[in-house]
Amino acid sequence: MKRVLLIAVAALGLIAAEPPPAPDRPLPDAAQEARAQRLFDDIRCVVCQHEAIADSPAGIASDMRGLVREQIAAGKTDKAIREDLVRRYGDFVLFKPPVRIGTWLLWFGPFAALLAVGAAFIAFARRRKTEVAPLSPEEEARLADILAGQELRRDPDAKRSDD
Amino acid sequence: MIVETGAFALILALALSALQAVIAAAGRLRRSPVLAGAANGAAIASAGLIAVAFAALIFAFVVSDFSVANVAANSHTDKPMLYKVAAAWGSHEGSLLLWCLVLTGFGAALARAQNLPFGLKTSAVATQGLLGALFLSFTVFTSNPFTRLNPAPFQGESLNPLLQDPALAFHPPLLYCGYVGFSVCFSLAVAALIEGRANASFWPAWGRWVRPWALASWAFLTVGILLGSFWAYYELGWGGWWFWDPVENASFMPWLAGAALLHSAVVTERRGALAGWTTFLALLAFTFSMLGAFLVRSGVLTSVHAFAVDPERGMMLLAILGGTAGLAFALFAWRAPQLKGGGMFAPVSREGALVINNLFLTAAAATVLLGTLYPLILEAASGATISVGPPYFALTFVPLMTVALLILPAGPLLAWKRGDLKGVTQRLAIAAALTVVMALLAFAVFEPRKALSAAGIGLGAWLILGALAETAERIKLFRAPLAETLRRAKGLPLGAWGMTLAHAGLGVFVLGAVVETGYRIEAARPLAIGQSVQAGKWTVTLNEVKIVEGPNYLAEQGRLSVASPGGRTKEVTAERRFFPAGGQTTTEVGLDFRGLDDVYVVVGERAQATDGAPAWNVRVWWNPWARLIFLGPLIMALGGVLSLFDRRLRVAVGARKAAA
Repeated sequence: MKRVLLIAVAALGLIAAEPPPAPDRPLPDAAQEARAQRLFDDIRCVVCQHEAIADSPAGIASDMRGLVREQIAAGKTDKAIREDLVRRYGDFVLFKPPVRIGTWLLWFGPFAALLAVGAAFIAFARRRKTEVAPLSPEEEARLADILAGQELRRDPDAKRSDD
Repeated sequence: MIVETGAFALILALALSALQAVIAAAGRLRRSPVLAGAANGAAIASAGLIAVAFAALIFAFVVSDFSVANVAANSHTDKPMLYKVAAAWGSHEGSLLLWCLVLTGFGAALARAQNLPFGLKTSAVATQGLLGALFLSFTVFTSNPFTRLNPAPFQGESLNPLLQDPALAFHPPLLYCGYVGFSVCFSLAVAALIEGRANASFWPAWGRWVRPWALASWAFLTVGILLGSFWAYYELGWGGWWFWDPVENASFMPWLAGAALLHSAVVTERRGALAGWTTFLALLAFTFSMLGAFLVRSGVLTSVHAFAVDPERGMMLLAILGGTAGLAFALFAWRAPQLKGGGMFAPVSREGALVINNLFLTAAAATVLLGTLYPLILEAASGATISVGPPYFALTFVPLMTVALLILPAGPLLAWKRGDLKGVTQRLAIAAALTVVMALLAFAVFEPRKALSAAGIGLGAWLILGALAETAERIKLFRAPLAETLRRAKGLPLGAWGMTLAHAGLGVFVLGAVVETGYRIEAARPLAIGQSVQAGKWTVTLNEVKIVEGPNYLAEQGRLSVASPGGRTKEVTAERRFFPAGGQTTTEVGLDFRGLDDVYVVVGERAQATDGAPAWNVRVWWNPWARLIFLGPLIMALGGVLSLFDRRLRVAVGARKAAA
């Protein structure tokens, strides 16, 4: 019981030592608040691990939410708010990285990968069409045999294993 | 003594794995069945020894032997037994031992496989032995879980409380069965490239050999990721289930590569085509697994999953990754142009559809890879720091997958070699019409009106209806007498049911993900006792807050009632737990399951009281259809398991029985 008390004291001490951040004050206008919430999802809490300020309990996330709400109330556009955040914290603060030369590969890479793999498939198919002869009847028969599972153990090119 | 036995078994397993690689290679070169048999024995013995080592580690955790450094760092006498056991794989060292257990376990299963030809099997066993030796030496020399502490502390430092959760206890073993299961596909691919068979009949058989391993690994990985996602959902208390966090992405890349492998292996098995591509994917899947291990353990990423590790270990893992994957892909580049085999097919055919599937799945995997590594690369190259998060993936990954999913239902209806697009269109007409109706209905019913979300609901319905249409087609539902339909349904191979189930499960997941993302409602307010907060139609009232004591924590427990007009009122409890052993706090979400929906309640810190009465910050989410997000992948995994039991994949088993 003494231990429990000690723990309780410690726990309360910890809570007391770290004052909670002031609770969020939602904007009175519902449409503006909805805009704020949407922005919160795309803005990174700069001291956290991959957390949006919408989710983070950290004090700075709370401050950043307050900042965004203030600017919305002041009539700034989403774009202006994002630019302002980037001025303060750098590109790091946005979960959607900017499109510039350094991030072209990031933004266009996925579609380039799609085209590249697609082109490779097409080139391969074209080349094969010219060079591949159809299977001989004997090969066809062996293929059918293997697919029927009859010949799985025997491999004509190798000795039989004993296992 | 038991701990020393474990350490000894671990080192012996390392020696045996190295021996396995050498003997199997020699056996292959000399075509000696005796040597090959010895290598198989070494593989099985090595797995047995790792099992002994793992059991010894679990024992050390169960008895709280704090003279073992790993136990002292990750356990505590007050911890419940489940988490004492689970802590054995909760740290870097322990989870690496688990990795080795799965690696050698799959290696033993490979060594026991009866139906593989001598050359292929021996080469694969050699490769698997090499992988085992590499990861075991990494474990023994840099991350030995059996290292002793002198003097031993009286008490351990306990496990990160976020990890003390049932879902997380089972998440790593399942996840690792998936990650490391792909090692067998990797070994079989390396072996196939070494054997470099010029004859076309080799590849269909190879496709059949590699597919069960890919299926099993993929199904394990699906459930493993699912559990991790579910844990993030109810343990982090953020209301979300997927954050595109780098560590989540690390597990998603092998999943995507594995899914692509499953599909292309079908083409290789049935038609002998795409042999090179299937081999490539088999190499890629395990390479992504190793990349994930590197990302999580090297310290280049930090997250709750990341183990506190030093860069030196990271460099060693990078060396293992670079060495094995580099060699394998070099072998691929050398041998792939010589690969022969495969039937021809028209662009519009089953093969063509599966190629498109592969195209999009690999592009999606490339997207996840870019999104995960790009910030690291950019920072190393130019010093610029960027964050890649959900908005990036919404603009890249989501459109790619949407196109793939739109095409998906047509694939299974197309014939091999040359498909009949017009016929397929006709057969999908009913499903397409129903899909449009569903999407329009969703647009009309769901509030607020969102065209994109309604289209997403249509996509989910399209996948489910398409999968059903395909099965209905095959069993001639309503087009033949009922007896005929039943006979056909009985005759349908398990693999076909598995595919239908997996595709429908994907649709179920899409429905859940779209509805939850598009229509969730969040509300947050400081509440004093008796006050309530409104989220959509739900009224959540804070009834009571009390301090409760758990086995190794103290919690502030809130009891809240969740009510809706005309509905039953239910009570949920949500906690904030304080773990004195590590000085950490965690949140326990209060979840009210309402049909397919969740009402998700988080009780936060004490808020500054407004009028003297104490108040707590309460956040409430109404997550509509959230149940489907977790049900869908479960159905998909079930589909994978069903396919695994398909008779066609087990023909060799039948043949063996017949021979005996």
